[in-house]
Amino acid sequence: MPSRRVTIASPTGLHARPAKLLTEAARKQPLVIRIGRAEDHLVDASSILAVMSLGVRAGEEVLLTAEGDQADRVLAELAELLSHDDT
Amino acid sequence: MASRQLTGNPAGRGQAVGVVARLAAAPVLPAEVPAPGPADEEVAIAALGSVVADLRARAAGLDGTARDILDTQIAMAEDPALVTGVRAAVAQGRPAAWAVHDAFGVHVAALAALGGYLGERAGDLVDLRDRAIAVLLGVPSPGVPVREEPFVLVSTDLAPADTVTLDPAKVLAIVTAKGGPTSHTAILARALGIPAVVGCAEAESLVDGDRVVVDGTRGVVVVSPDAELADRVSRATVAAPALHHGPGSTSDGHPVQLLLNVGGPAEGEVDAEGVGLFRTEFLFLDRTEAPSREEQRRVYGEVFASFGGRPVVVRTLDAGADKPLPFANSDDEPNPALGVRGYRVARRRPELLADQLAAIADAAADHGADVRVMAPMIATAAEAREFAALARSFGLSRVGVMVEVPAAALRADEVLAEVDFVSIGTNDLAQYAFGADRVLGELGALLDPWQPALLDLVALVAEAGRRAGKPVGVCGEAAGDPALAPVLVGLGVTSLSMSAPALPHVRAALREHTFAHCTELAHRARRALTA
Repeated sequence: MPSRRVTIASPTGLHARPAKLLTEAARKQPLVIRIGRAEDHLVDASSILAVMSLGVRAGEEVLLTAEGDQADRVLAELAELLSHDDT
Repeated sequence: MASRQLTGNPAGRGQAVGVVARLAAAPVLPAEVPAPGPADEEVAIAALGSVVADLRARAAGLDGTARDILDTQIAMAEDPALVTGVRAAVAQGRPAAWAVHDAFGVHVAALAALGGYLGERAGDLVDLRDRAIAVLLGVPSPGVPVREEPFVLVSTDLAPADTVTLDPAKVLAIVTAKGGPTSHTAILARALGIPAVVGCAEAESLVDGDRVVVDGTRGVVVVSPDAELADRVSRATVAAPALHHGPGSTSDGHPVQLLLNVGGPAEGEVDAEGVGLFRTEFLFLDRTEAPSREEQRRVYGEVFASFGGRPVVVRTLDAGADKPLPFANSDDEPNPALGVRGYRVARRRPELLADQLAAIADAAADHGADVRVMAPMIATAAEAREFAALARSFGLSRVGVMVEVPAAALRADEVLAEVDFVSIGTNDLAQYAFGADRVLGELGALLDPWQPALLDLVALVAEAGRRAGKPVGVCGEAAGDPALAPVLVGLGVTSLSMSAPALPHVRAALREHTFAHCTELAHRARRALTA
């Protein structure tokens, strides 16, 4: 399955607002996107509650996965979002 | 309808007339779980939708941080995982309100377990859950009510967390069933300049929509007032004529510094000589962990900058008793007013105080501000010495302590030998001197600042200040009482710190007396047998 590793840039980690930006972006995609620290522990990237519950801190690396058409393009977009601190 | 009168303790000054809106408690699910209904799933999901609609309506008028907070809450309420959770619970036979409770449960627990900033968001989820359950049970939404028109806020009691979000433009007056004249509700009402009556047990009988006149000066609430009274109150303007400006003094020019008690930056033009009490608790409330040194530095800096060069006295964290913080206090103390609170917290969590002093020193340097620090709940000269040494080690050169514990007043000479100034907190000093809990409305008479024994303690400290040639201020509620201010000056107090609305009244009151007359008033007050 296409996947991508990305380091979280937001200085407060994947907390409320950054998590909201990610889930909004994930929801716009026609694919199921999952996020987590490891392949065997991934959650739905369109659920803000699930994303926040990961408790990901600034500087941590996470894994994004997507399945379907244009998965690589979608993952690149989301990785771009997470690797910039515009929150 | 015939009007009736309720009595309580006077708190914020002035009168107001308006319609009652009660602070709603969080809904409680009935112990008996009813049988599930046929449409529980749709009903529960619709309740979530109505919470979102309500949040959207509130968010529409906002921008900045407040908007961000609500937008994030909306995103959480719209999370598909909640709908999935509701469906699963309904499938197991749970009625709508219980299904909502269950659906949130796992997420609340997951966030709370993370601690820190994310852990705090568990509280936001609980709020969403309670709003949805309130819709389903047909009870009012929890918290301070949202109304188009200004209202009279009525509640059993107000938590500091409720009070910080109060919008003074919407709240005409406050009436609480509990609380004494120096409770936090009373202090907040005075700070906002709105009338309040606290410790008014009969206030529990008030319901939404009741029309009332609140007289915060006399401590009276008139329910269903006649047209004449209502008209008179609504016409009366609250603004006091500003007869005097500038530094405080008696009529013969004896200077008395007039300072402000604040919890944040100055709002608009301020006619005061500085800040005598900057309460830092507001930054720490509602948190599961202390704010970072950087965040503190920024927030303190905003306050220092807003008073542009005027001296600001920062009181270090005063957690405990009626302002407990989860990271500073333990909740199993049988008697928190006498427990590990104020400066005593530093024994358990020295890094909290060290971080705060470092942030204060950084912010003072950032803005070139004239900043002094003082510690609350100092009982002995040894504690004063310890605090002064610590504060000076961070480069804070002007250090003081609060005198709130009678032991510190009795040993004022020794305490003053260790520090540059002291400030008397009359509310706690009265509570400890009279052994009367300041939150108990019933004991209000013992907490009256005119009690001769309390004035004796103030005099002891003021005389010690005179001997040491060091300033002695009062920053308790007594300082903002125009009738008592000349008495305090007569006792030898050199500065008075109070809420902004009280300051013009106190300034005007001092200008009516010579210093000799203040001294005479002080003698008379101390000779009195009662308050």
